[in-house]
Amino acid sequence: MRISFTVNGNPVVVEAEPLARLLDVLRIDLGLHGVKEGCGEGECGACAVLLNGRIVNSCVTPVAAAADGEILTIEGFCETDRYAVIEQAFSDSGGVQCGFCTPGFVMATEALLRENSKPSEDEIRRGLSGNLCRCTGYNMIVQAVQAASETLNGQ
Amino acid sequence: MSTISRSIPRTDSPQKSAGRANYLDDMRIAGALHARLLLSTRPRARILRVETPALPDGYVTVDHSDIPGTNAVRMINDGWPLFPVDMVEYVGQPILLIAGPDVAVIDELLAAVTVEYEDLTPVFGIDGAETVEDPECFVDYHLEYHLEGAPGPTDQPSGDLAFTITETFDTGAQEHIYLEPQAMAAWCEGHRITVTGSIQCPYYVHKALVTVLGWDADRIRVVQATTGGAFGGKEDFPSVLAGYVALAAHKTGQPVKLVLDRGQDIEISTKRHPSRITLASSVGRSGLAQSTCADIRIDGGAFEGLSSTVLQRAMFNASGVYRIPEISVQGQAYRTNIVPYGAFRGFGSPQAFFASEMHMCHLARKHGEDPLSFKRRHLVRQGDRTITGGTLRDPVKMEEMIDSVLTQSEYNRKRPEYERATGITRRGIGVSLFNHGCGFTGSGERDIIKARVKLRGHADGKVEVLCSNVEMGQGAETTLRKIVAETLGVPIGNVVFQNPDTDQVPDSGPTVASRTVMVVGGLLHTAALKLKDATSPGPGQPVEVEANYQQPAEIEWDQSTFTGDAYPAFSWGVNIIEIELDLLTYAIRPLTVWASFDIGTAIDERIVIGQIHGGIAQGIGYGTTELLEVRDGAFQQRTMTDYVIPGSLDTPEIHVNLVSNPYHGGPFGAKGVGEIPLTGPPPALGDAVECALGVEIHQIPLTPEYLERIVRTQGGAQ
Repeated sequence: MRISFTVNGNPVVVEAEPLARLLDVLRIDLGLHGVKEGCGEGECGACAVLLNGRIVNSCVTPVAAAADGEILTIEGFCETDRYAVIEQAFSDSGGVQCGFCTPGFVMATEALLRENSKPSEDEIRRGLSGNLCRCTGYNMIVQAVQAASETLNGQ
Repeated sequence: MSTISRSIPRTDSPQKSAGRANYLDDMRIAGALHARLLLSTRPRARILRVETPALPDGYVTVDHSDIPGTNAVRMINDGWPLFPVDMVEYVGQPILLIAGPDVAVIDELLAAVTVEYEDLTPVFGIDGAETVEDPECFVDYHLEYHLEGAPGPTDQPSGDLAFTITETFDTGAQEHIYLEPQAMAAWCEGHRITVTGSIQCPYYVHKALVTVLGWDADRIRVVQATTGGAFGGKEDFPSVLAGYVALAAHKTGQPVKLVLDRGQDIEISTKRHPSRITLASSVGRSGLAQSTCADIRIDGGAFEGLSSTVLQRAMFNASGVYRIPEISVQGQAYRTNIVPYGAFRGFGSPQAFFASEMHMCHLARKHGEDPLSFKRRHLVRQGDRTITGGTLRDPVKMEEMIDSVLTQSEYNRKRPEYERATGITRRGIGVSLFNHGCGFTGSGERDIIKARVKLRGHADGKVEVLCSNVEMGQGAETTLRKIVAETLGVPIGNVVFQNPDTDQVPDSGPTVASRTVMVVGGLLHTAALKLKDATSPGPGQPVEVEANYQQPAEIEWDQSTFTGDAYPAFSWGVNIIEIELDLLTYAIRPLTVWASFDIGTAIDERIVIGQIHGGIAQGIGYGTTELLEVRDGAFQQRTMTDYVIPGSLDTPEIHVNLVSNPYHGGPFGAKGVGEIPLTGPPPALGDAVECALGVEIHQIPLTPEYLERIVRTQGGAQ
């Protein structure tokens, strides 16, 4: 079936099975390779995107759920000023190692800070609990989110 | 802090954050076919017949009959067949692959393949091997070391025995869970083939392809793609996948790509060796351990792979960081019908340290002493002999490292308080002391690896780093560039590092064994010094300089008897971990880790501390939740939902302090850091549980089921 939605502000129409994974549509049909597949079952968050402002794991989201919706992936988000702040904070804090989980963590950080601009450490850890990282041990990512929250200062 | 240690922004960070780093599956390879594997469903069986369905146009099968060279995955020996001919040896062993344009069609075709087997009796794990009358071993070592009379432990009593303890420790398998699953692609151009993928060791893959294809080395090109984590898991297994895609690309004449999904990655890739370690020690009346007899058995899985060298490293750590005058060590790697076990951060050492650290705790308890105090009385010092009769030439700073974490953690106040506490919720605090030999064991660097690096200086001031070591998340790209830039006194932006391509870079060895900074970084430092004095061969022409590995003059090693300096240098670590657990769920909640490390000089503090944090998190997972169970030869955990690695809520606050102890053989004094952080947490957690519950720990992972059982059987948690 034909499914329309916007991705990073651009309207798109795709021809897809309604139960096709949003992840595959984004990666294969639309060539958005910043969305990664780490587990394929909604556990690791490497494929996280914002759908109508809410964070979802695109590997367990059927593309039909995106119909008429707005999707923001790392490719769109990285053009924004808020991204620049978060990216800088990840770099300064040591939140990036192999990088495979990083776009997902960046999207989770944005989702968290939109909802709660001054999260406590515990709220950050909860906010990131849908994303797995095998390299960093999380402490430096938590520091990155704290630093981004301070720089954004309630924005 | 040394100037070079000051942290700089990682050069790969912006691309990775923006999602612009191209991992293998992100690369656009025009016309690439997909490949998928047909896996054995039997742990040990003869293959009587394989029947494949009629294939539509554009689809091909590839199996052992398509191998032009030798049917072997080149590692230490050629015992691991790339595809089976007439026998399968484990559940998950790839029998053949189908390549074609559409993955869904390939999956339908694979489902229609019938394999007729004749089942044979399998051997499952160490338990299984021990019940067989004469279990098959890949290697069987018996070593005896008498260190009495060596410089150092002159105060050891020779007789006057107080007690002996003999006990056995079990450690489980561990899966790497690099976030990017294994991935590889290949294509042919003219008479050459290019293979690219998520790899640690471009030249291991290159050599493996020479073996499988039977071609001259110069027809084969291996290029590392951006690698999303590895931890040892992309040391050995990529040589397997590279063979598959190369054969498929050779047969079809088209590019072929093979990306494992997570379930298949967990099912068929190599893992950390499970171990069973029996330690028997005698302690004299003065409270000093006199002898240790260690029996180390590891499950090697179906093919030998790297098992012999993993076992050697485990054996050389059998007495931990302690002075024990008489040590005998035997080691066996069993052949079983399980996925071959392989390299994983620590490489045998975490298994040995878990056992030896817990054993020291138990000796202390029997002697009536706090474990840390007992351990401190046995600590090795500078000038002491190592277990293999080598010499600890460099300063050992463990005492000051222990003091720093003791103060920070308030261990001395907390330990007795927690030991006496009662109630449903308990706290515990535990310590581990450990080290890690940097680089290859023995003379491996000199005799096997023979590392070579090059630097190419251009007229515009740019300097290219040419080595085969990879950035896989650990920060090598930034660290190696920093060493060269600092040596030359140029901005880091002038130093270029690209993912290694065997057409461009010399073989500086694999990215393993905590050797990249100390050994390869050392060679780049030497090359950079040469480059300073080198002159261009002509106007505008680049200058090339080379550096080759030289074994430090003081190192003596006899590979036939395993005696001498097993490692040129050691990094050292102390962990204190505080935990909470309740007697209803028996789930361990790590609260805080205090860690002190001597890794020589940190080339970049933030990168080093990042390695330490990540290693500690993996060690916590290894010690607590990362359970792999084998039933009928198959791992029961096949997803990231049932194989549980630590998340942001499970990983505690980690405080790290680095003790400066520059090593003369490393660049700017650097030693290795990659592996050592994983070693500390399991025994520190075990000690913390013993503190909280008053039980004796003999296995990891410390699952709630295990803790509940030993509290019941040992009468703990009073």
